[in-house]
Amino acid sequence: MTVTAELMDYDEVLDRFDPVLGLEVHVELSTNTKMFCGCPTGFGAEPNTQVCPTCLGLPGSLPVVNGAAVESAIRIGLALNCEIAQWCRFARKNYFYPDMPKNFQTSQYDEPIAFNGWLDVTLDDGEIVRVEIERAHMEEDTGKSLHVGGATGRIHGAEHSLLDYNRAGVPLIEIVTKTIEGTGARAPEVARAYVATLRDLLKALDVSDVRMDQGSLRCDANVSLMPKGAAEFGTRTETKNVNSLRSVERAVRHEMTRQAGILVGGGTILQETRHFEEATGTTRAGRRKETSEDYRYFPEPDLVPIAPSREWVAELSQTLPEMPAQRRKRIQAEWSLTDLELRDLVNAGAIDLVAATVDAGAPPAEARSWWVSYLSQSANSRGVELGDLPITPAQVAKVIALVADGTLTNKLAREVVDGVLAGEGEPEQVVDQRGLKVVSDDSALYAAVDEALAAQPDVADKIRDGKVAAAGAIVGAVMKATKGQADAKRVRELVLERCGA
Amino acid sequence: MTDLIRLTAAEIAAKIQAKEVSAVEVARAHLDRIDAVEPAVHAFLHIDGDRALQAAKAVDEDVAAGRPAASPLAGVPLALKDVLTMRGAPTTCGSKMLEGWEPPYDATVTLRLLEAGLVILGKTNMDEFAMGSSTENSAYGPTRNPWDLDRIPGGSGGGSAAALAAFEAPLAIGTDTGGSIRQPGSVTGTVGVKPTYGTVSRYGLVAFSSSLDQAGPCARTVLDAALLHEVIAGHDPLDSTSIDAPVPPVVAAAREGANADLKGLRVGVVTELAGEGYQPGVLAAFEAAVAQLRELGAEIVEVSCPSFDLALPAYYLIAPSECSSNLARFDAMRYGLRVGDDATRSAEEVMSLTREAGFGAEVKRRIMLGTYALSSGYYDAYYGSAQKVRTLIKRDFDAAFGQVDVLVSPTTPTTAFGIGERTDDPIAMYRADLCTIPSSMAGNAALSIPCGLSACDGLPVGLQIMSPALQDHRGYRVAAAYETARDAAQGGPLITRVPELEVAH
Repeated sequence: MTVTAELMDYDEVLDRFDPVLGLEVHVELSTNTKMFCGCPTGFGAEPNTQVCPTCLGLPGSLPVVNGAAVESAIRIGLALNCEIAQWCRFARKNYFYPDMPKNFQTSQYDEPIAFNGWLDVTLDDGEIVRVEIERAHMEEDTGKSLHVGGATGRIHGAEHSLLDYNRAGVPLIEIVTKTIEGTGARAPEVARAYVATLRDLLKALDVSDVRMDQGSLRCDANVSLMPKGAAEFGTRTETKNVNSLRSVERAVRHEMTRQAGILVGGGTILQETRHFEEATGTTRAGRRKETSEDYRYFPEPDLVPIAPSREWVAELSQTLPEMPAQRRKRIQAEWSLTDLELRDLVNAGAIDLVAATVDAGAPPAEARSWWVSYLSQSANSRGVELGDLPITPAQVAKVIALVADGTLTNKLAREVVDGVLAGEGEPEQVVDQRGLKVVSDDSALYAAVDEALAAQPDVADKIRDGKVAAAGAIVGAVMKATKGQADAKRVRELVLERCGA
Repeated sequence: MTDLIRLTAAEIAAKIQAKEVSAVEVARAHLDRIDAVEPAVHAFLHIDGDRALQAAKAVDEDVAAGRPAASPLAGVPLALKDVLTMRGAPTTCGSKMLEGWEPPYDATVTLRLLEAGLVILGKTNMDEFAMGSSTENSAYGPTRNPWDLDRIPGGSGGGSAAALAAFEAPLAIGTDTGGSIRQPGSVTGTVGVKPTYGTVSRYGLVAFSSSLDQAGPCARTVLDAALLHEVIAGHDPLDSTSIDAPVPPVVAAAREGANADLKGLRVGVVTELAGEGYQPGVLAAFEAAVAQLRELGAEIVEVSCPSFDLALPAYYLIAPSECSSNLARFDAMRYGLRVGDDATRSAEEVMSLTREAGFGAEVKRRIMLGTYALSSGYYDAYYGSAQKVRTLIKRDFDAAFGQVDVLVSPTTPTTAFGIGERTDDPIAMYRADLCTIPSSMAGNAALSIPCGLSACDGLPVGLQIMSPALQDHRGYRVAAAYETARDAAQGGPLITRVPELEVAH
């Protein structure tokens, strides 16, 4: 049974409904070892090479809590302005799935390590929205299933499935917001900005790679609509598989228009898990469950309670880095940015990159210009995040330095950057290999100038007659002949000199 | 050579060190005995004679080279319950589900035994996944009680207890969740000790109920149990529930107790652990034991622990709840049995078929009980209430230990019952653990020591001695003193009265 209702026009959705959001973000911690055993956690290893009896759930094995993960969890809680539990336990979440070796996930249930916090989120126009945090709790990741033989890569229709347990037991922190209400038309933007802010915060804490594309940061978006003036929340859906910031925004927006379409047609929203489809920007229903899942939570008897001392918590609160919002304010002052310039920088996701480029010796203005214009365009055309471009801030700083010392013109510099992006090596290597150095050898330029003057004797005569403006045509010809590698100003000087003007 | 199998572990170890006998000779004697009586007893699921002889040879080489003994039990043969992992041998837990599974790692207990130079003869039979009180729930057939082959040897560790009573091994390892060491000890006339929860590592012990499971020593004498206790106990960083505290001085207590009276000791008799449902022969033997303690100088007082009446029902909520989760991993995906994988069925169908075929009736019953007890809407009424009862039981123990040094009771209400007698009546089967469950729930130390034969059927009766947590040595001291007095009064150890088994040739 598939009933597809029309999507409702977004403005109409907002006339009739108020959206309510709830965001669950899973963060893989970048600890050296897993949550409950000593296995390494590196991404991309050969399947089933980072496993041991404990993370494979072999009979008789037992978990031991990773202290570094607890420390990260507390620091995250503190950075999110949460209270830190005096005493809390792990719990078992019981359900059967082949990628979960024990068929229960060791998680936290009613006793999270951190709770009751908030995070201020700045929207594109500078408006600040405070998102209340319900809890941040510790748990272990599952393994990964690879379904082979089906058309869709999904389990449905697959011939067989492969299981990789390398990820099983990697420490996760799940951060859950309270319901986010009253954001109206800006709900999709708030969702995106929340995840972006959280990502920046986690990066600043240095607790995770926060790579949405690699799954080290994952967002599940709960969306429901309530008719204007209604007192009770509508039925929510939970959209998973939202793998980029842009997707967060699109997924929320799509769910709003989809749910509204169903509701006005007299339909009801099913409380269900939906999957975001990157290609179409839509969501589709996950496999329908016949009965609601009962996880039969109970306190994990293999682990002892965690009771972080207040002294330790106080000590950890001293380790919190400058928060991204404060840092922005400081950078704005240091680089003399207008609000608009700062916002462009933030929206391009370029703050850290520019800062690193400045740290590598580039002047702030040039560094900013490179990242928000040419490199942002490159990222857009490649369809990747700015930070994922294969160029480092140090390389950008080098290119800027080469322009500053006259080795490159701006035009040549862009070619060098293209070369770096194409994997041709360091900027200097690209300059050498592509032969992009400015021609600064006057004897070579004299020859080119003489050749150009000889080719256009009438123009040469005009210059000799004092019509200096005519020199532009000769300069252009020389630049063409040297493939743009000459310094135009110097060429002009030589042309005038040769014509005795 | 036959008398080698009748020696205590302490005697064997001493003779090996004194070069009166070699460890290989000792191992061979026991392997011969196993060959002879196993067809009748069926205590073992796996026997590895070559490996045992190799381990024994290594001990002999140490002795010959004058190297110090790895432990006071170096060279002594031992039977390991098949619920503890050991590399190079199958671990089945008495279940079809794990038939043929060879774990890639050693349990901490196994490792400590090997490092101590014990000679592991093989793995012993047990109720499937340690669920049962008779070893009839083993998927590989029941073990028989050497005192009467038509009777059960107790459970779940019936294999370990029967191996001792049949002189197949002088030492064995058991695990006790609600009585699985003590009740088999009681019905086979052997000593079984459940140490304080958290003092013996559970790493590599295939979990039945994590908050209750505890491995412990099984032996024919109190001193042997104490010697084995000190080999296996101690903090283990691989088990988060392991207590980081010194091992209670149980060997010293056993040695001192053997030659001492009990003057100044206060012994509490638990009033709730007697009365209806207890065989007269059991009660009579128990009362005689209490009288003997009084003769030794102990002051006997009656102590009431009213919450103990709730212990059995609460246990049958907590243990199944934990088991329903612990046994979820047996899903045919990674190891063990796989049924119905014909390349058309889904993983879920294969899981379901495998669990249907691989688990026995009692295991299924408990998984269902536990799944129900943890279900949303029932959790508070069942699992939650049971945890409250657990707290009440602990308080009863605390109050009791405020008045007395140790508590005593019969270990189990009856002597060994007949094979098949209770298989259709789970409640009757569960009642076998009536007296042992309170200490499992509270986590304190408790042991069972033979206290005579029932006047009704001539079968062994066990005296349970319960001590506060981490005061395991108190129980050993009392047991050792009682053992000396008992043997003096009864003209020698009870175990010598076990009937001669028909020996296969």
